[in-house]
Amino acid sequence: MDLNSTYHNDINIITVNEARIDASVAIKFKDAMRSLTETGPDHVVLDLSQVRFVDSSGLGAIVASKKQIGYARQMDLAGLSGDVEKVFCLTRMDSIFEIHANVDALAKREAG
Amino acid sequence: MDTDHSFTITTPGTEEAVREALALVRVRIRARGVPEDICGNVEIALAEALNNIVEHAYADISGTVEITGEIKNQRLLLDLRDHGQPMPGLSLPKGRLPDHEVALEDLPEGGFGWFMIHNLTMKLLYNRMADGNRLTMVFSLQEKANRGSANSGAP
Repeated sequence: MDLNSTYHNDINIITVNEARIDASVAIKFKDAMRSLTETGPDHVVLDLSQVRFVDSSGLGAIVASKKQIGYARQMDLAGLSGDVEKVFCLTRMDSIFEIHANVDALAKREAG
Repeated sequence: MDTDHSFTITTPGTEEAVREALALVRVRIRARGVPEDICGNVEIALAEALNNIVEHAYADISGTVEITGEIKNQRLLLDLRDHGQPMPGLSLPKGRLPDHEVALEDLPEGGFGWFMIHNLTMKLLYNRMADGNRLTMVFSLQEKANRGSANSGAP
């Protein structure tokens, strides 16, 4: 599971460099998220702009990551598109996350 | 045999094979004129149905899944046949949407699959055959006409 974490403006932006988060990688995704959020900023944004497909196992793993990050910290989503957005809307899981169109604005906010 | 209106794919009942089968089905239905938005619905619903077969029907034994697609009368029929364990109670799970207005620690991490299948299809049929399970999913190719089998239990 190829996830990449970079810190910008005190935000831990985690980019998923995979086309799918599905049943065959859900546990690996959850483990990778845990290790990438053990340290670092309290604000985490998961960048899904390269992800084309999420099934219910993948969705469950993303929700599990938010639960694991807990009340004291924040986990948002960015870059939902097409079928991924559809799965979040259908299951109402879009309502439990703050969703950003993309991470560009977050990464550049204090640069200018 | 594949035709302009029908196709058959046989796939091993494993998580890794499901990925490939989904990609193949998407290619097959797109080539037969299914609109992109409906292709997405089909892939989402089919992924859940195949995952269910892998996780439950083939929990203790291994086997294959035969996927047959047929397009007629503005509908796509997908027929899934496996040779695994029967559906509990020999009937389809209702597919309620898990409650999302709950405390963080109580948020659902599963139980979305059957809800999505019901929601994205216009008709859903399950039959227990002598040699396995048969699930038929019907999708309307007219964009707004799906959600016919939705049974979310929502008010």
